[in-house]
Amino acid sequence: MIKQYKTFRGGLHPPDCKAGSAHKAIEDCPLPEELSIHLSQHIGVPAEVCVAVGERVLKGQAIGRARGMVSVPVHASTSGEVVAVEPRPHPSGKTLEAVVIRPDGIDERHGALSGADYRSLSPEQLRERIRGAGIVGLGGATFPTHVKLSPPPEKSIDTLIINGAECEPYLTGDHRLMVEAAAGIVLGINIFRRALGARRVCVGIENNKPDAVLAMRQACRETGIEVVALATKYPQGAEKQLIYAMTGREVPSGGLPMDVGALVQNVGTAEAAAAALSSGRPLIERVLTVTGPGVAEAKNLRVRIGTPLSHLIACCGGLKGVPAKIIVGGPMMGTAQLGLDVPAVCGTSGVLVLREEDLAVRPEGPCIRCGRCLQVCPARLAPTTIAAYARLDRMSEARAFNAMDCIECGSCAYICPSAIPLVQSIRHAKASISAKRKKH
Amino acid sequence: MLEAILSLGGIGLTAAIILGLAAKKFAVEVDPRELALLEALPGANCGACGYPGCSGFAQALAEGRADPGDCTPGGKETVEQVARILGVAAVSSDPQVAVVLCQGDRQHAADKYRYLGIDDCNAAQKLIGGPKHCPGGCLGLGSCLRVCPFGAIEITPQGLAVISREFCTGCTKCVAVCPRELIRMTPAAAEVHVLCNSHDKGAVVRKYCSIGCIACHICHKAAPQAYIVEDFLARVVYEHHGDAAPGVEKCPTKCIRDFAKGYPAGSSFLGPASSSKPDIAA
Repeated sequence: MIKQYKTFRGGLHPPDCKAGSAHKAIEDCPLPEELSIHLSQHIGVPAEVCVAVGERVLKGQAIGRARGMVSVPVHASTSGEVVAVEPRPHPSGKTLEAVVIRPDGIDERHGALSGADYRSLSPEQLRERIRGAGIVGLGGATFPTHVKLSPPPEKSIDTLIINGAECEPYLTGDHRLMVEAAAGIVLGINIFRRALGARRVCVGIENNKPDAVLAMRQACRETGIEVVALATKYPQGAEKQLIYAMTGREVPSGGLPMDVGALVQNVGTAEAAAAALSSGRPLIERVLTVTGPGVAEAKNLRVRIGTPLSHLIACCGGLKGVPAKIIVGGPMMGTAQLGLDVPAVCGTSGVLVLREEDLAVRPEGPCIRCGRCLQVCPARLAPTTIAAYARLDRMSEARAFNAMDCIECGSCAYICPSAIPLVQSIRHAKASISAKRKKH
Repeated sequence: MLEAILSLGGIGLTAAIILGLAAKKFAVEVDPRELALLEALPGANCGACGYPGCSGFAQALAEGRADPGDCTPGGKETVEQVARILGVAAVSSDPQVAVVLCQGDRQHAADKYRYLGIDDCNAAQKLIGGPKHCPGGCLGLGSCLRVCPFGAIEITPQGLAVISREFCTGCTKCVAVCPRELIRMTPAAAEVHVLCNSHDKGAVVRKYCSIGCIACHICHKAAPQAYIVEDFLARVVYEHHGDAAPGVEKCPTKCIRDFAKGYPAGSSFLGPASSSKPDIAA
């Protein structure tokens, strides 16, 4: 009998290209000459700088104060001197305020940092510690974790889902983390479980990572945490799709996971929360994958936040050939960069370098009504219809076809035999609709 | 035979009487001025007045909710005619036309990346602020061209939007759609304009555009009344546009253009001598 793995409707399977780094152990990336740590490491209001130029800071010391509810503090990722507080290029393409630190090489820890046993803390104290450590979702969205862990009282969360799907091609950071740091992840899961009071806890991992499934199953023995092997399909790691695969519940249009009593956290976030609680170390480093045909050797690296991409590439043996496209994140949903001078931020899950010969740029053709985009859309939308309305600037019609439900996974644009930039048109429609909504 | 004629004729007659009475009873009263106004308006249904088409505007005018001067495409004649029908004084401001304040096409201005997306300036602007290095330059993807109801805009083969001063009616639709806010309304009589929208310092402008304003103040020195330089960008003081000619010659980057002497390179629009206003109602 063929085993049926859990999944969602739609989606596709692009060549995963993970072989280059899937079996490489996580390496510590050496400190660069200069770290530029952005004050916007999260969605929400950027932190407010609280150090001055010339000051010596220690590893783990707060350099940015949280402003507002959806904000977290930002910490120095090593000890050294603050050489500048100025706008620097950010992976989002904007130029944003950053604290530039020249490391002194001592890597001296800030004295006030200390761990605690999570079982002795109340859910409220746990959330406060997680907030203080600057923990945000490391899957890429960088939503502050303490906000996710504080649902409004009328929404009870019974299911905590841990996202180890890692469905983006090329990326292997979460995979290696599950193999090498399963115990830390389980500690993090227990912290989240205590903070939420969730009854059911499950970890979803795509079945193309059998060693990760095995390692997590072993670490989760006698903890009541389920480890579920999922079908290998993109976008298996998208929040709503993962919830459907794991629970069969469907998040309503315009709704949030908490509307169906579920909450999703990434495995990397769990590991970061565990480190924050057990040793008091705030979020100053993350695991990411440097990969692609344009890099000499693909690697999984543990990187200090603020390390420039050029330094990461150098750690992987430098560039191979002439880079044509540099992507931060995965190839499906990542953002193309203008250069290698941007630093890694909390949301940086990978760096992908492609050469001219790896890019398949085809001219756009007419829609041949093949319906493949309809088959693959995991949000069950009609991409061609929405895109056509968007290009005619008829945004109210695009909205009527539920453009706002698009998760921008790019499956439609990937599968389109006519190379129509469908996802870009839908993004354009979404931005126009929300701009109009803001105006009124 | 006769029966058939009588019964059919009878039905026809009854229906005619009923319809005739109904037409009288349920007739919608139309302000006779409204019909006259609709006749006077250009009939382009461009929406520049803020109403959905000319009939909506005519109704609003008849009810006193709109101002005759709101029809910019109609020009002075239409405003006067409308005012005559309504029996009010004609208040018509000087005609305005839109100008693209940029000449940085592919030959003059550098790109920071290769854009492969949809042909829409607003969509391109969302990708790291657009492919042009210049933060204020024309992206040339034609969002303005597509909203212009009068065919007054073209994109040159080198990728620059150009607006015909003869065909533009001043409806301001292109001004609203441009994500870089580089289309401005200017008096139609003023032929000289500084075609640059970059507020960067001269040294920065030189790096990415060979035809941008470097804020050197030479135009201001040549014609102090006609030019001011603010925030690293020169502009024409339109009250004194008649004195602007010396600046055109002196400008070292040639970013000041006298439209009487022609349009930017690559444009198919011709000077005012050969133009004829198109029939916008067609």
